[in-house]
Amino acid sequence: MPPAIQVTGLAKSYFRDGHEIPVLHNINLNVQQGDFLALMGPSGSGKSTLLNLIAGIDRPTRGEIVVEGAEIGRMSESQLARWRADNVGFIFQFYNLIPVLTAFDNVALPLLLTKLNKAERRKHVETALGIVGLADRMKHYPKQLSGGQEQRVAIARAIVSDPKILVADEPTGDLDRNSAAEILTIIKRLNSEFGKTVIMVTHDPHAAEAAQSVMHLDKGDLIGAAA
Amino acid sequence: MRLFRLAFKNAFRHRFRALLTILAMAVALMAFGVLRTVVTAWNVGIDAAQADRLVTRQAVSFIFPLPLAYFDKVREIEGIESVTHSSWFGGIYIDRQNFFARFAIDAETFFEVYPEYMLTPEETENFKKQRNACVVGADIAKQYGFKIGDKITLEGDIYPGTWDFIVAGIYQPKFKSTDATAMVFHWHYLNERVAEDWPTRANLTGWLTAKIADGNRAAEISAQIDDLFRNSAAETKTETENEFARGFIASFGAIFGAMNFVSFTIVAIILLVVANTMLMAARERTREYAVLKTLGFSVGQISALILMESTILSIVGGTLGLGLIAPLIAGLAEAVPKAWFPIFQLEPITVFLLALAVVFIALAAAIFPIRRVARATIVEGIRFAG
Repeated sequence: MPPAIQVTGLAKSYFRDGHEIPVLHNINLNVQQGDFLALMGPSGSGKSTLLNLIAGIDRPTRGEIVVEGAEIGRMSESQLARWRADNVGFIFQFYNLIPVLTAFDNVALPLLLTKLNKAERRKHVETALGIVGLADRMKHYPKQLSGGQEQRVAIARAIVSDPKILVADEPTGDLDRNSAAEILTIIKRLNSEFGKTVIMVTHDPHAAEAAQSVMHLDKGDLIGAAA
Repeated sequence: MRLFRLAFKNAFRHRFRALLTILAMAVALMAFGVLRTVVTAWNVGIDAAQADRLVTRQAVSFIFPLPLAYFDKVREIEGIESVTHSSWFGGIYIDRQNFFARFAIDAETFFEVYPEYMLTPEETENFKKQRNACVVGADIAKQYGFKIGDKITLEGDIYPGTWDFIVAGIYQPKFKSTDATAMVFHWHYLNERVAEDWPTRANLTGWLTAKIADGNRAAEISAQIDDLFRNSAAETKTETENEFARGFIASFGAIFGAMNFVSFTIVAIILLVVANTMLMAARERTREYAVLKTLGFSVGQISALILMESTILSIVGGTLGLGLIAPLIAGLAEAVPKAWFPIFQLEPITVFLLALAVVFIALAAAIFPIRRVARATIVEGIRFAG
């Protein structure tokens, strides 16, 4: 079975005032279907950049990223947008919910890009919110929810269109210990029960323990893997 | 939930800011509407002017009179159906503030040439047979309470002295654009006294108005009239009533040019207000737009969201402004003396320009936020700290 994510010779540089700032150098990485990978490393090591590249929200300078058989580096902006909508669920550190929308409407946002009718969309949203244990908070606005609950809504939004890959950037970084544990439990469940391939960036070794495998990045290099 | 609902919620996310933007837009559109109404009201004379009427005046200036003898000579020109003559009288009715146009006219021909000033046959008869009779427009009759048989006393300025008139008729305007604020009286009544008190000013009239059978011959007949008096002491300039009205209005061109400029400057100011609101909103939502892009929304879809928000604000502000402008103009029409602007009303062209301004503002105000969203990468947006 081919890997879900295949990264070959990947490099990424940013350009500031005419100067090249290399962030990632010659990254080679395979992530199998149904894996749960934690990416660890100090600030500035390039772990979020790698995650963004795999999720198709940033462009590589060199190298190739093949996700579910698609070479995403060669896609146009609109193709990439469509691909993200179909294949990737993104969980942010700061939840990034739309404050004027209820939990239900926030979760329903990705479904506006699908051909589902209103009843089908409702069913999907209720299922997603049910999975994260917030079926009773559908009409609540983000400001009426705790940080942990907001992150659970964000997870529901990430899974509502049933993507194969979930990427999470410090999903517990803004949460207390108990809420963080709840979030990790949900992510583990999405991986083990629903077969999602998960890549999670974290600083926290405790959070990384939830993953099946851990990889470290330092100064843009993938320096080793630990199971 | 549809994208429109999100746009609507976004538009009113900061309620006070949205309210201020909407009010600013409504007030500015009202100001725009009033200025445009003044400009169109001023131009109403041009609309009322007829292409088949020629006005003959002294070539040097409108303020110099013509010998009355010209009246008979012009009548003889082939192609002219009828001719009348009129003189500006001026004068003061009780107070200088009570302004309305007063003309000394030829009673026998005036209503033939100006059929849009409608009198009953009885009123026409009464006017013609009474030397000091006058006819007043329906609007000033209403404004000053003039009734048939009333005495109107004017204090002369161009023709000094006290002048008494008896109201013999109240004319009704035939068209919406017809001025119903004028007072006309017998030129002979004026001339008799002028002949006694200022003999050198006797037997003169202000201008001639000729009704021609064929409007297409206006240029030819105008040239004929002017040729008739070429090299005389009072050379003439003849033009269609329309051209004459345009020339008269052009003498106030600077004022109305300034009003036009101000009215369009107001649109530019509203645009800046709404654009500023939209830019602030887009800046605040930089991260949200990046999240939408991450979820798979295209730049086009996010642009549509911004455009919808801008349109919602513009339409609400525009509707409020349009809703208030009609009663405002109606109120002003009551307050402003009729003689200043005989026709002061919200014209369809003004409503059209207002609607056009709303559409323009909605589109233009969204341009910079859309440009910002299109240029920002997702990563920059997600990292945006606000």
